[in-house]
Amino acid sequence: MSQTSTEIAARVGEILDAHEGMEGSLLPILHAIQAAYGYVPRDALPIIAKRLNLTRAEVHGVMSFYHDFREDPAGKHVLKLCRAEACQAMGGDRVAQHAQNRLGIDWHQTTKDGQITLEPVFCLGLCACAPAALVDGKVVGRVDEARLDAIIEGVR
Amino acid sequence: MKLYVPRDAAARGLGADEVAAAILAEAAKRGLTVDLVRNGSRGMVWLEPLVEVATDAGRLAFGPMTVADVPALFADLAAHPKALGLTEALPWMAKQTRLTFARVGVIDPLSLADYESHGGLAGLRRALGMDSAAIVAEVTESGLRGRGGAGFPTGIKWKTVAEAKADRKYIVCNADEGDSGTFADRMLMEGDPFTLIEGMVIAGIGTGATKGFVYLRSEYPDAIEVMTAAVDIARKSGLLGASVLGSGKAFDMEIRTGAGAYVCGEETSLLNSLEGKRGIVRAKPPLPALQGFMGKPTVVNNVISLATIPVIFERGAAFYKDFGLGRSRGTIPLQIAGNVKFGGLFEVAFGLTLGEIVDHIGGGTATGRPVKAVQVGGPLGAYFPRALFDTPFGYEEFGAKEGLIGHAGLVIFDETADMLKQARFAMEFCAIESCGKCTPCRIGAVRGVETVDRIAKGDADAIPLLTDLCSTMKSGSLCALGGFTPYPVMSALTHFPDDFAPAMKEAAE
Repeated sequence: MSQTSTEIAARVGEILDAHEGMEGSLLPILHAIQAAYGYVPRDALPIIAKRLNLTRAEVHGVMSFYHDFREDPAGKHVLKLCRAEACQAMGGDRVAQHAQNRLGIDWHQTTKDGQITLEPVFCLGLCACAPAALVDGKVVGRVDEARLDAIIEGVR
Repeated sequence: MKLYVPRDAAARGLGADEVAAAILAEAAKRGLTVDLVRNGSRGMVWLEPLVEVATDAGRLAFGPMTVADVPALFADLAAHPKALGLTEALPWMAKQTRLTFARVGVIDPLSLADYESHGGLAGLRRALGMDSAAIVAEVTESGLRGRGGAGFPTGIKWKTVAEAKADRKYIVCNADEGDSGTFADRMLMEGDPFTLIEGMVIAGIGTGATKGFVYLRSEYPDAIEVMTAAVDIARKSGLLGASVLGSGKAFDMEIRTGAGAYVCGEETSLLNSLEGKRGIVRAKPPLPALQGFMGKPTVVNNVISLATIPVIFERGAAFYKDFGLGRSRGTIPLQIAGNVKFGGLFEVAFGLTLGEIVDHIGGGTATGRPVKAVQVGGPLGAYFPRALFDTPFGYEEFGAKEGLIGHAGLVIFDETADMLKQARFAMEFCAIESCGKCTPCRIGAVRGVETVDRIAKGDADAIPLLTDLCSTMKSGSLCALGGFTPYPVMSALTHFPDDFAPAMKEAAE
């Protein structure tokens, strides 16, 4: 076992211990692992499967069903732009296009310098101050091109 | 000096944290001690960040505030450039009937003492003196229907669970508010979390369930933070635990975070997700009320349904039932959003017409252009043209016009909206979010995108195909995702046919 997989086994083991006895614990476990690593390392799956008495395929199946869980690390910063109707009504598509041009990436991609990952999100509940964005977990309302540029400058 | 700066996500997204920090800095500079409360939002999103200052006459409102406006709060308040007068006297506030949202924006969300001094826990105390049948009867009598969108009578659901025999029962709160244009659940959880907790406790006592879950979407980090803190406080103060308020009756609950799947707002998919599985829809029957979470009888109710329970028990079913229209009883928190001048949350009895809501309360579009369409009820709701603005806001009334009220979100579009593009988006969204269990939804949505693209290229033969496909999806899908996606598509096609003939129109010109 390499150094990293030993470390993963130990840390994932601690997370599994903390969720022992919880009803329907797989999503909370995956969230906790992602909070610890920024993604769910592949080496974690067999460990989770063994403890929950599931197959590795079942754990993978659950993980891949949900948009939130990552198999690979994201960029240093994650910029989520809302693509839903209320934001569309306020020019969200235009702002999203601007973001893609400005960063030179498509949805789900990370800039070459590893700084920013761009992701779509469907509704942040900021529909009365659209378009909306989530920057590293912080909400931003009324995002036009200028505000988006400021966000990008701010995190870079 | 006591000031209020909302901690609501919309207010924070518009700079409330910066304004709050500036207030504290300015006070420190002047050597003053201020009591700064981070309250919920009053719902006037166009005025956020809305700062309030407590005075002997009542709370004075200032907004939309910027950091530069802060120093003037420490001078003559009447002369402040952003002064709006008494909050309660503002037309937006004065015209509402706030029952579910009575405390939101008023109290400190995480102060149980503040909650109680504004009527909180009165409903639960009354319920603790009633037996299960009387609690369920009170809910049935109130006429409350599922505020998540399905409109199923809450009392009947509770009765089924109450009468089911099982060793364990559960209360699950559906806080997976994924519909665009809706934010009532978020505002309530961020602004008055104890109301939801109290409603869930009453549901537990009434049906014999001892454990509750709030399935809260991950897109709401602020709501997760507030709800988690509130549950902790409730447990420490005996509102949750082995003996609720010393009654000897047990009820406890957990906050669970979703993982970005829209379909998990569907109750059976939500239950699978809560059990740690893929969020695949279950076929019904069995009803979740009989075999829900872990196969046990489970009440699955929306945030607003559960948060309305305390006021029903505090004021009585008859009081609540007195508001409304036809079979839509009580009040509904309208969420007015998208391209709108005055956007936000407006709680009112059912029955206002769509036109009154859009033109009079919302004030028309933010861009000042004419309103072209209003999508009511989220991504699965129909697009209504101005011709249908006389439709009264009620479950049956919208159903009769081939629409739905859903979770009562309204997204307004101005005349620049392309309805073919909106129809395509509805299909695209369904394709992205389909759980994959049933064919009409999984395959139909993909074919739907292709068919709309054919129409966009001028292929008029594809129009009857799209209509046929929508009919198949509507009647053949297992849940509302595939089953209701035809609403936005068909309403766009029916009410805005010109947008579906661009290529042909260009050729004619």
